Amino acid sequence: MSSAQVTERPALPAKREITTRPRFSDRVFRAVVTTGGLSSLVILGLILLFLLINGYDTFHQQGLHFLTSSNWQAVVSDSGKVDTANSHFGIAAMLIGTLILAVIAIAVGVPISVGAAIFLTFYAPPSIKKIMVTAIDLMAAFPSVLFGLWGFFVLESSAEYWAKLLNKFLGWIPFFKLPEPYVSRSPFIAGLVLAIMIIPIVTSISREIFAQTPLDRIQAAYALGGTRFAMLRAVAFPFARSGIVGGVMLGLGRAMGETVAVYTVLNIVYQVNWQILFSAGGNVASMILLKFGEASPYEIKALMAAGLVLFILTLIVNSLANLIVSRTGKSGR
Amino acid sequence: MSINSENNEGEKMETTTTPGSLSAIAAMHVDKKPGSQALGVGLEARGIHAWFGQKHVLSDVSLDFWSGTVTALIGPSGCGKSTFLRTLNRMHEFIPGAAMAGEVLLNGEDIYAPGVDVTKIRLKVGMVFQKPNPFPSMTIAENVLAGLKLAQLKVENKDDLLEECLERAGLWGEVKDRLNTHGGSLSGGQQQRLCIARALAVRPQVLLMDEPCSALDPGSTLRIEETISHLSSSVTIIIVTHNMQQAARVSDYTAFFLSDGGPGQMVEVGSTNDIFSRPKDKRTENYVTGRFG
Repeated sequence: MSSAQVTERPALPAKREITTRPRFSDRVFRAVVTTGGLSSLVILGLILLFLLINGYDTFHQQGLHFLTSSNWQAVVSDSGKVDTANSHFGIAAMLIGTLILAVIAIAVGVPISVGAAIFLTFYAPPSIKKIMVTAIDLMAAFPSVLFGLWGFFVLESSAEYWAKLLNKFLGWIPFFKLPEPYVSRSPFIAGLVLAIMIIPIVTSISREIFAQTPLDRIQAAYALGGTRFAMLRAVAFPFARSGIVGGVMLGLGRAMGETVAVYTVLNIVYQVNWQILFSAGGNVASMILLKFGEASPYEIKALMAAGLVLFILTLIVNSLANLIVSRTGKSGR
Repeated sequence: MSINSENNEGEKMETTTTPGSLSAIAAMHVDKKPGSQALGVGLEARGIHAWFGQKHVLSDVSLDFWSGTVTALIGPSGCGKSTFLRTLNRMHEFIPGAAMAGEVLLNGEDIYAPGVDVTKIRLKVGMVFQKPNPFPSMTIAENVLAGLKLAQLKVENKDDLLEECLERAGLWGEVKDRLNTHGGSLSGGQQQRLCIARALAVRPQVLLMDEPCSALDPGSTLRIEETISHLSSSVTIIIVTHNMQQAARVSDYTAFFLSDGGPGQMVEVGSTNDIFSRPKDKRTENYVTGRFG
């Protein structure tokens, strides 16, 4: 502006609408990838809808008791008719069991995975790295029933010994108390099996994030007289933190939804049990598997409702984790 | 030692005209006399060869660096000058397949000797990189003091050190009110000076600079060059640069590197004034006069 007296600005031209006409081939390709992208959303939505419709009756009859009580009784009269008044469904024990198993799996599996990822990225010689990466990828593709069988037949005996050690030395912590000396098929052992099952996914995601650590920052850390450990702390961890949390989320999803391995290893008992070394526990997914075979149509509706709760629980945990990631921020990136 | 220190002694040019040529810029320098240097002090490279895998990239470079001087390494791309620089604080060995021969003596001791703690070497021989690389997860203050944390050094008064290093890097005035903001909020030139401050905080004896201004605008380049001039009284500086004007402006000595397709070699070294006004080698003359490279 040339003069200070000018008070009225010259009228700005209207903003033009900027458009482009994509070629036919572009539009076809766009349609293909849009379909692919939306299909997962649609499938997820349909599953949610299916669970909602089927589980609605149970929610309606049981109300909040479905989440807070630990009864599971489907009373059928002699004539084969369902006695809705005396049937009770509640999954509190299984919900708590799900969380306990997931926490054990994360607590044991994540440090191992992150350690393995750091070793593979910053320490391992190339030949060992190649072999290990293949082995870990293979582990991810391993059927969960085999993990379950291995846990039952192989891990069980040594894990019982560890459980007794934990109880002996850390028994003053409520979680490690034993009401009775039964330690076989406990949540602790099932949690260890789950830990092993989440290791491959958490390891490979962490490894990929660590491998992206900018070389110039690594060099800066070394050039300042940093040791490798100091470099990891100052550069690699801040950079990889949010990515590792993302990997942990995927692991958590698997740990919370795992069915067959838990079903094989764990002694599923329908009561709330916080004592992880004691031979009783369960999770929602394995409970559904356990009941499904001999369930009446009425009971199946309750199982659907349980499935819906598991679905929502997983969703909540994932959103919470996303929130944590966005809070702790990208500052290290 | 191939630096001829006899030339230009006392040839203090008090020119007031704007220098038009590189030799005129170089002539504005007051040559520093390295005569006070005691034996076994400073940084000496003896017969350095370097390889990447099978490729021989640097052949037989011997060069001494006097305390309190600035030495510029110039030459066309691929002549091995950056590689040579990186052998001086053992950053060379980070590249897979990298190998070297020869000796680098720091205060008379070979930094490649078996059993040497490489982190201690890098504390004494600091480095500033081509691209500014502050740690983005740390604040400005934390960045400056990052070296202390990385090398687990103890310092009595961190605030004093912080101010001193930022002052020496010529950044204190610009950042003193926002020491707790993140380093990424600075401009490229400020980031580079932050990296210099960071390198100074561990009190290095030698500072290696690998094209520190190549990613910066002319104004920031000027500030860095001023910083280099201020630092040169207390720190030995070795700077790789593609900018010959910069070499002429900031350095006391200049070494010219060249590769004839084979491994890079050092063609000539001398006082910056000599290299730019009366180079002995025809190839140096062709390069500094802009006939190639």
